[in-house]
Amino acid sequence: MSLRGAGAVVGVAELPPQRYSGDATILELLSQVATDAIDDAGFQRSDVDGLLVHPIGGLPGFVPATVAEFLGIQPNFAEVVDLGGATGAGMVWRAVAAIQAGMCSTCLCLTGTRRRPRATASGAAKSRPREPRSIPPTRDRSPQAEFDSPYGMIGANVGYAMLATRYTHEYGLLDTQRAKVAVDQRRNANANPAAIFHDVPLTIEDVLSSEVIASPLHMLEIVMPAAGAAALLITAPDRAVDARQNPAWLLGAGESVTHSSFAQAPALDATGVGIAARSAFNQAGVSPADIGLASLYDCYTIMVLLTLEEAGFCARGEAGSFVESHDMTFAGDFPLNTHGGQMSFGQAGMAGGMSHVTEAVRQIQGRGGARQVAGLELAYAHGNGGIIAEQAGLVFGVAR
Amino acid sequence: MSTRPIPPMTDLTEPYWQAAQQGQLKVQRCDRCESPQFPPRAHCGACGSDQLSWHTASGRGEIYTYTVAHRPPHPVFAEQCPLVIAVVELAEGLRLMTNIVGCDPADVSVGMPVQVTFEEIDDSEVMLPVFAPV
Repeated sequence: MSLRGAGAVVGVAELPPQRYSGDATILELLSQVATDAIDDAGFQRSDVDGLLVHPIGGLPGFVPATVAEFLGIQPNFAEVVDLGGATGAGMVWRAVAAIQAGMCSTCLCLTGTRRRPRATASGAAKSRPREPRSIPPTRDRSPQAEFDSPYGMIGANVGYAMLATRYTHEYGLLDTQRAKVAVDQRRNANANPAAIFHDVPLTIEDVLSSEVIASPLHMLEIVMPAAGAAALLITAPDRAVDARQNPAWLLGAGESVTHSSFAQAPALDATGVGIAARSAFNQAGVSPADIGLASLYDCYTIMVLLTLEEAGFCARGEAGSFVESHDMTFAGDFPLNTHGGQMSFGQAGMAGGMSHVTEAVRQIQGRGGARQVAGLELAYAHGNGGIIAEQAGLVFGVAR
Repeated sequence: MSTRPIPPMTDLTEPYWQAAQQGQLKVQRCDRCESPQFPPRAHCGACGSDQLSWHTASGRGEIYTYTVAHRPPHPVFAEQCPLVIAVVELAEGLRLMTNIVGCDPADVSVGMPVQVTFEEIDDSEVMLPVFAPV
């Protein structure tokens, strides 16, 4: 049993990431992209009988029911996916699996977040002055709150910085090699009007002269939180052929959850990144060398480098020289994160991870506009949650 | 003494924190298959046994990786930056999140041998295991 060709993405919608959202609630943002994705596919609201959402701040539970009622749909398959940055990619194969199992025929996958300057969202809260003695509430009784937070292992910056330190120790990596990832992605964003940094050029010197937040990572190799939303409409093979857009067929998928605390992460040559990617390629029956677009989760430059080698796009330990010797723009010899990646497109919560999927789908559909990868037949999208904790990989193709 | 989030301990993890107050690092080990455990568990992660006992660890290890946080990861750490956040691999093979103290952040390196020491969180009487170069 395989998911190969058991479903296709036929509708895509995305709100361009913004630094802060307006007055719309998260339900309104999700309603907008849900409606747009159904329209994009040329489907009707009544066609939707599956719904995937993620945990939403302010909604204590019953999230699928709350969203479904707000949309005016009554799905026969409804689920919360909670895999951090791998949530968007994780939704895709679940939707196709539900279709294959006969639980639904057309499934909406919704992601998004709002972000207000004075909201209590973690990103905004950090910029607000606080009493130095104030401590985070201890209602969180997770092992991370108990064994990580007291040391300042809070948020993701310091975790990925430790990942970069370890990678550099094992394989050697230059600051300029990490910076090259951010710079090539920015050149892609400069061709994407929806990218938050569309109008801002970036050089390696800019990256390396930005503040070191957590050694060795600089400000400009760290993703910026944003507000926004993204939706996919996924349908069964017999319905996909009627869609207004070319179907982006799911050819293979893989997933892996290896840990929660970064202290418990597997060794660099045994990460869940590789497990998920190999599963996806095996299921699709293709190899990384067949892929024309890599859409790899990029919360930090180091994550792209690690994914390149763990997913098999280059040999272990050679990611640094690989990025130096390849042009990773949409017109280059190794198109990577052609939307700009989250670092230059913007990370709108779970819609950030989803942006790697929406871009792969649009490119496979031939809707890449000015940044279309010529002659593209296969794309790989990778989602990554926590601190390399949760992984999901997807292979998309133009043909079933 | 330093200002930090207070760890939200549970009945299960209380022996770890009680040992820290006595200046000892204790970790669980499975009575059946002898696998060491961290973070503390209700059942052995390897064999599923619920017979887990607390044993005093060597407290020695080496730095697996680290970062020097120049921006506080949370405002509560503002006074402590630059702060060395690290993962230490104990001689027992377990990895723990920790801080490296007692040396210049610029002198910290991967593979550096370290030894556990304890630091009180504010006046909480909670003693936090941290590590210093041997």
